[in-house]
Amino acid sequence: MIRFLARRIALGVLVMWCVTLVVFLIFYVGPGAGDVARALAGREAPPSTVALIARNLLLDRPWYVQYGHFLSQLLHGNLGYDYYNSESVNTIIAQAFPVTFSLIIGAAPLWLAFGILSGVYSAVRPRSLGDRTFTGVALLFYSTPTFVLGVLLILVLYYELTVHGVSIFPAPGYVPFTQSPLQWARALILPWLALALVLAAAYTRLTRSSMLDVLGEDYVRTARAKGVPERRVIFRHALRAALNPIVTQAGIDIGVLFGGAVITEQVFDLPGLGWVAVHAIQEQDLPVIIGVVVVASAGVVAANLIVDILYAVLDPRVRLH
Amino acid sequence: MDNLWVRFHTPDGVVQAVRGVSFAVEPGETLGIVGESGSGKTLATQAAFGLAAGARVEGRAVFDRRDLLEMTVRDRREILGSQVGMVFQNPLSSLHPMYRVGWQLSEAIRIHDRSMSRRAAHARVVELLSLVGIPQPERRIDDFPHQFSGGMRQRAMIAMAIALGPALLIADEPTTAVDVTIQAQILQVLKQLKEELGIAIVMITHDLGVIAQLADRVVVLYAGKVMEQGSVRDLFYEHHHPYTEGLLRSLPAAETERGQLVPIEGQPPSPIDPPPGCPFAPRCRYRMDRCVVEQPRLEPVGGHRGHDSACFLPKDRRPSDDRIAVEAAKGDDSG
Repeated sequence: MIRFLARRIALGVLVMWCVTLVVFLIFYVGPGAGDVARALAGREAPPSTVALIARNLLLDRPWYVQYGHFLSQLLHGNLGYDYYNSESVNTIIAQAFPVTFSLIIGAAPLWLAFGILSGVYSAVRPRSLGDRTFTGVALLFYSTPTFVLGVLLILVLYYELTVHGVSIFPAPGYVPFTQSPLQWARALILPWLALALVLAAAYTRLTRSSMLDVLGEDYVRTARAKGVPERRVIFRHALRAALNPIVTQAGIDIGVLFGGAVITEQVFDLPGLGWVAVHAIQEQDLPVIIGVVVVASAGVVAANLIVDILYAVLDPRVRLH
Repeated sequence: MDNLWVRFHTPDGVVQAVRGVSFAVEPGETLGIVGESGSGKTLATQAAFGLAAGARVEGRAVFDRRDLLEMTVRDRREILGSQVGMVFQNPLSSLHPMYRVGWQLSEAIRIHDRSMSRRAAHARVVELLSLVGIPQPERRIDDFPHQFSGGMRQRAMIAMAIALGPALLIADEPTTAVDVTIQAQILQVLKQLKEELGIAIVMITHDLGVIAQLADRVVVLYAGKVMEQGSVRDLFYEHHHPYTEGLLRSLPAAETERGQLVPIEGQPPSPIDPPPGCPFAPRCRYRMDRCVVEQPRLEPVGGHRGHDSACFLPKDRRPSDDRIAVEAAKGDDSG
């Protein structure tokens, strides 16, 4: 178990190191020796700023010294400085991260619950009306782009309702949890729903097929032959064994979302990591882009590590390897 | 079981897996059910307990004077696992890979006996594991199935099946998937259960050697129908039905004149639209015209009570092997 974890962690560190190398190559080597400082400074930066950047980042030294400096800054938790907005990248990300995190923390339970429950139902009663309905609904949301669904939700649940005097859902925007937990949740319900509905579809299909496989297993028949009630057979015996692909998918999805739910954040005007990334790209604000890339990669790596740990918790056979 | 039918509705037609099978097991008795793959031997028992998904079951399956097929699901579940235990063919896949062996056994107990404490269930599981011959049960109880050998897993399955002292144990090919030395051990355990605890056993197998060692009476199934039934002695020494004869001739132990195994030629009939006559007729070496159109009924044969066979042709009127060989040769000449 400890060796398994140690190997997974080592692999995660390796991936992160590769990410820093690629980022360095793109942003510090790519523009060509003379233009790195210029590019990092942002548009319309005075020559004095460019010179300052060149000095700070040791740009007159060989590339490996530059890389060493870049890496050591990251290891010290310093993501860089945004000269364009005169702000530390750490501050920008520290402000955006809670927004993205809030989005994930609410949406993930929703889509997992929708997806797994409807998938289990479909597998237990294949080809039933319920199965067909879930499949149809899943397909519908699966093929709906987030920006369409998000805008529709805003139009119907916010705009139309508010116009008719029922203001359950507030206008798009973000309220920090620390300011008012209730308003925080209210502001996030629609984005949670938009994100969850689109993602749940995949989980419905995944759970259905995984459960159908497991329900045919001998150990499920054994459970029934013991006289275990059907509900317990389904959830305790079958679903437990069917969880692996679901956990994998959830790890990937959540990991990717940590880089920002770009479209959802845009549609609902949530200043999360995705929103920051989009704006940084529009402004060609390279230090912020570097920061977001590094944090998003760390998110994916961390999510995968958690998935690996969950595997070991779920399946005793994994612990042997 | 009384006139039990099991059908499956498939896109290709109705699969008639079990066609009017009747048999009985007395308390403490061991009944062997023999037949080749697809003969319906597994389905006949599983369907009666609602374990065959998608099956349409008709007839009567009476356990302790109550018809299992007319019971509520809840009543049937209460019998399953407490008064009737089941052991399946493949011990490698019959235990849940993600739960500890001890947990799986104590679940079987505590589901039926909610008053039993965790500690008491634990003690009972240790006792059960040692009863079926698992060494150091206190230590092995916390193992996962993958830490058990195949033979130990099958023992654990048996322990699970007898956890609540059932009156009947249904063992569905318990020795098929384990190697020969383990087979002998498993049979030994079953024999011990039969002799020491007086559990009635239904032993489903295609292995006549297993039947010879364990069973008191035997039912021979073919294409979802009973071909012959009787005591082990009747079946091995005074068998009547040509199919039983064929089974015995295909045994390695049965020496034939040429010292070779004699397979039964041909394939069992399709379970969709089975032929109207005797299901074995197409493969039978004594086939008469009548066999193809009319189905023989199970009728008493021989001198012993309970020995029945479904064949038109009395044993003493069957042609000898020599005559069959001559006629086959003639057939070749003319054809």
